[in-house]
Amino acid sequence: MTRRLPLLITLGAAVCFLLGLYPGWVQQPAAVTAFGRLPVLSEGRFKPLDSVARSTLLQIQGKQTIILPDKDQTEVTPDEWLLDVLFMPEKADDYPIFYIDDPDLISLVGKSEANLSIHRHSFKELVPHLGEIEAQMKLAEPVADQSRTHFQSSVVQLYGNLSHYLRLRRAIVPEGSTDFLSELLQLQGDLVDGIEAVRLKEAGKPHDEAKAKAIIDEGQKFVAMAESTDLLAIPPDEGDPDPFAWHNAGHALLETFGKGDVNPSVLAYAGMAYAWRNHVPDKFEHIVDLYGASLEKHFPRQVKKARIETIFNAAMPFYAGMWIYLGAFLFAILSWVKWPEASRKTAWGLVALGWVLATAGILTRMWLEGRPPVTNLYSSALFIGWGSVGLCLVLEAIYKNAIGTAAAGMIGFATLIIAHHLALSGDTLEMMRAVLDSNFWLGTHVVVVATGYASTFLSGALAIIYIMRGVFTRSLDKATADALARMVYGIVCFATLFSFVGTVLGGIWADQSWGRFWGWDPKENGALIIVIWNALILHARWGGMVKQRGLMCLAVFGNIVTSWSYFGTNMLGIGLHSYGWTQAAFWWLSGFVATQLVIIAIGNTPLEKWRSFRAGPAA
Amino acid sequence: MSETLKQLRGIFVSLRLTVVLLALSIVLIFWATLDQVNLGIWAVQQKFFHSFLVWVKLGSLQVPVYPGGYLIGGLLLANLISAHVYRFKAGWRKSGIWIAHAGLILLLIGQLVTGLVQKESVMRLDEGETKNYAESSRFNELAIIDVTDPKVDAVVAIPESLLASGTVIQNPKLPFKVVPRGYFPNTDIAMRSQAPAAAPSVVTQGIGLQVTTSPVDVTYKEDARNMPAAYVELVGPDGSLGTWDVSLWFNPEFAPGPFLGVPQKFDFGGRTWKLVMRPTRTYEPYSVTLEKFSHDIYPGTDIPKNFSSKVRINPPGGGEGREVLIYMNNPLRYAGLTYYQQSFDPNTDKTTILEVVSNPSWLVPYISCGAITLGLLIQFMIHLVGFARKRRSA
Repeated sequence: MTRRLPLLITLGAAVCFLLGLYPGWVQQPAAVTAFGRLPVLSEGRFKPLDSVARSTLLQIQGKQTIILPDKDQTEVTPDEWLLDVLFMPEKADDYPIFYIDDPDLISLVGKSEANLSIHRHSFKELVPHLGEIEAQMKLAEPVADQSRTHFQSSVVQLYGNLSHYLRLRRAIVPEGSTDFLSELLQLQGDLVDGIEAVRLKEAGKPHDEAKAKAIIDEGQKFVAMAESTDLLAIPPDEGDPDPFAWHNAGHALLETFGKGDVNPSVLAYAGMAYAWRNHVPDKFEHIVDLYGASLEKHFPRQVKKARIETIFNAAMPFYAGMWIYLGAFLFAILSWVKWPEASRKTAWGLVALGWVLATAGILTRMWLEGRPPVTNLYSSALFIGWGSVGLCLVLEAIYKNAIGTAAAGMIGFATLIIAHHLALSGDTLEMMRAVLDSNFWLGTHVVVVATGYASTFLSGALAIIYIMRGVFTRSLDKATADALARMVYGIVCFATLFSFVGTVLGGIWADQSWGRFWGWDPKENGALIIVIWNALILHARWGGMVKQRGLMCLAVFGNIVTSWSYFGTNMLGIGLHSYGWTQAAFWWLSGFVATQLVIIAIGNTPLEKWRSFRAGPAA
Repeated sequence: MSETLKQLRGIFVSLRLTVVLLALSIVLIFWATLDQVNLGIWAVQQKFFHSFLVWVKLGSLQVPVYPGGYLIGGLLLANLISAHVYRFKAGWRKSGIWIAHAGLILLLIGQLVTGLVQKESVMRLDEGETKNYAESSRFNELAIIDVTDPKVDAVVAIPESLLASGTVIQNPKLPFKVVPRGYFPNTDIAMRSQAPAAAPSVVTQGIGLQVTTSPVDVTYKEDARNMPAAYVELVGPDGSLGTWDVSLWFNPEFAPGPFLGVPQKFDFGGRTWKLVMRPTRTYEPYSVTLEKFSHDIYPGTDIPKNFSSKVRINPPGGGEGREVLIYMNNPLRYAGLTYYQQSFDPNTDKTTILEVVSNPSWLVPYISCGAITLGLLIQFMIHLVGFARKRRSA
């Protein structure tokens, strides 16, 4: 039984993950899922409505599902939420989704001390305070990002989230309209007479004032809609050569007056609105299916991508991978204490599973974007984790001592948790700014540099294992210590090569795009510091200035160097590479640096105090 | 060899010195990166990297507190070369290290040369416009132009630095001397009518009479430009012609209103002269015409997707020009210069801003980095093969 246990645990985890994909387990009707799959053009790319819902919710409330404060704690899925926002805004306005944690802002929106702990507010609760929020936002906005107080950034963010919400709310149905379908059908019926009346009115001739006014009122409504959303949900007309010529609903409706017909796609959405509002599930399903089928006929590529992206969204391979890595880490540690074989193999199986999930996830993202793996900070975190864990699998295959899997679990978990938080800033498959739009350089420079970062972090993680096991346990025997030293040395060599080549490729890219090989930009400097640090470790080792323990302490310091280059340089807010960054990240970075310094200090305790070496030091 | 010399040699060829220098360089780069928040990239390069010592203001004193880029780089170079000369042993076991270090030496020297010879300027072109010069985005010059002949302008350009030093300028092409009476590296202007309490200035001629010029702190911001001004007195053989305010604010490209952009002209010695402060120009024997500028964004957003400039190169002496499309990551290399799509005028979407770089040593990093990469690869493969062999035999 014990021999099979590792396999069983790994398979169990895999089955759990696969079950999550099974449609029957999703807590929403199939028609709602089908609605979530409809492709739209938003933020410059085609994506399913499901992604619109999820990235908006992540941005506004920091998680993808909504728990209602009723006594059943009812869960609302992202797709259901989006349906309510689009078609039943008066219901959506009651969902507590706006996350506010700044005490001053909480009191600004009229909450007393007693319920300060309630962090999520509904739109309806915030409506009476919109004026004050806007006034405070206007005061805070001119302040540069880095120098805003917590209140200032919170109010700017809340205002941004509110307008984001409002843009969605008016994306398809105009403000205050409760029966949009009848309105449009009425318009279609009166169109010819109405347009004639308007024409006569403009010419100053006798006309039917009521009919003219009805048309003009509708037109004004559509103008307001066209101006207040950025969701391009309506596909171009048949035969339009530009596949990107999607419109927002208001814009498409304005064309009604020229074409003499209400846009059929808008009608389809209005039909969905009717069925959703009036709780007619079979009708809703019918319209979604019909509309989906017609889209599929004209836009097969976009529909296919949207479908895959929806499945990818629901699968959440990185989220699952995060917990699997954590499990692997715990089993790897356990193997040094108890049940060495079974635990070690379980850890190995779990790391392999997590890595397969991450690989599948990264490949899916690459296919969706049509780009190399690293395009922004989020994907760099994914890739650094993936690369480190891959290297760890190689180490573990060679040494079979659970060190590789422990390091893999640690780095895999950490990078995925970082990625998870980075995803809170919005769509992670965002479009590339012109200056970065080069698949060749993204595929070479960025990938190689990220591999360099990954390996530098890996050597640091291995060194932490050495120090922790050596100081606090008796498990670091001479063979293990020597093996770890060889691993760290080998990985530092690897890191030197990759960080150097990656940095140089960056220089060549810069020479190609901006006319200088090297510009002392913060991000370039960060990469250079990593290269020099790795070179320093190698030279110190070759010159005999450090032995095993010194090598380990230097490698741990490599974690500080790398995390500063990776995150810290972005916080300066200057240079061509800066992505814009938040204050919270600064405290996390400082905290991380502090822990690494503590570990280095522990590593510097005299060897005779190390529990593993009390019998006789190995280094 | 005496003991001290041996000791000195020992230090110079030691790995210990290498490690110390590497550590020093990390601190230097880290400090310089942080200081960019205050100084901007250009000033940081001058202070930290293109210098032997880093000077810091302590009270009113400038004190050298840290070795600069030239010193650390130079010592690293000396350490590297002497160590290799001293320890040279033929044999393939160290071949990777040799190749990598040779590449590194080339890289350090190449970057030193680049720092000394690379020149950057910008060419700003409206659609349909043709120019045969590029302009500095940092330095300015006072151009004194003989505009008597409407067909040909005869120009004498005086660099800003000369005005700043206060040197009296006499040039055979000018029938008068130019005497700098004041120079301000960055200024603000206001209409004198709006500031009745302003102190009188030394200006006696030109637009300068109607404005007040007040010095302000030099800016290091990436996106801001210093607006220098100078008072110059022109002195003919028979005495002074008057004192003019020559300010970048009067240049039509920067003037806050059309009134201030009117050129300052005067007549002397039967000829008409124009005074203008302008970004330092570098003329080329050929000219460049902007045919079309395009700026695409992703639909439904304001994220830029691409910028591109279709330009025509007009070779000297007329003849068939050639058309080139310059866009992101795809510069034009022509006549030893490289033209990059740098920016554009967001107000019109019809004006391109091209960066023009002259860097004769641009190929060096490619070669040296290739050598280093190859060297590291060879060396680490040697390690790896050795390791694998040992494990197999164990």
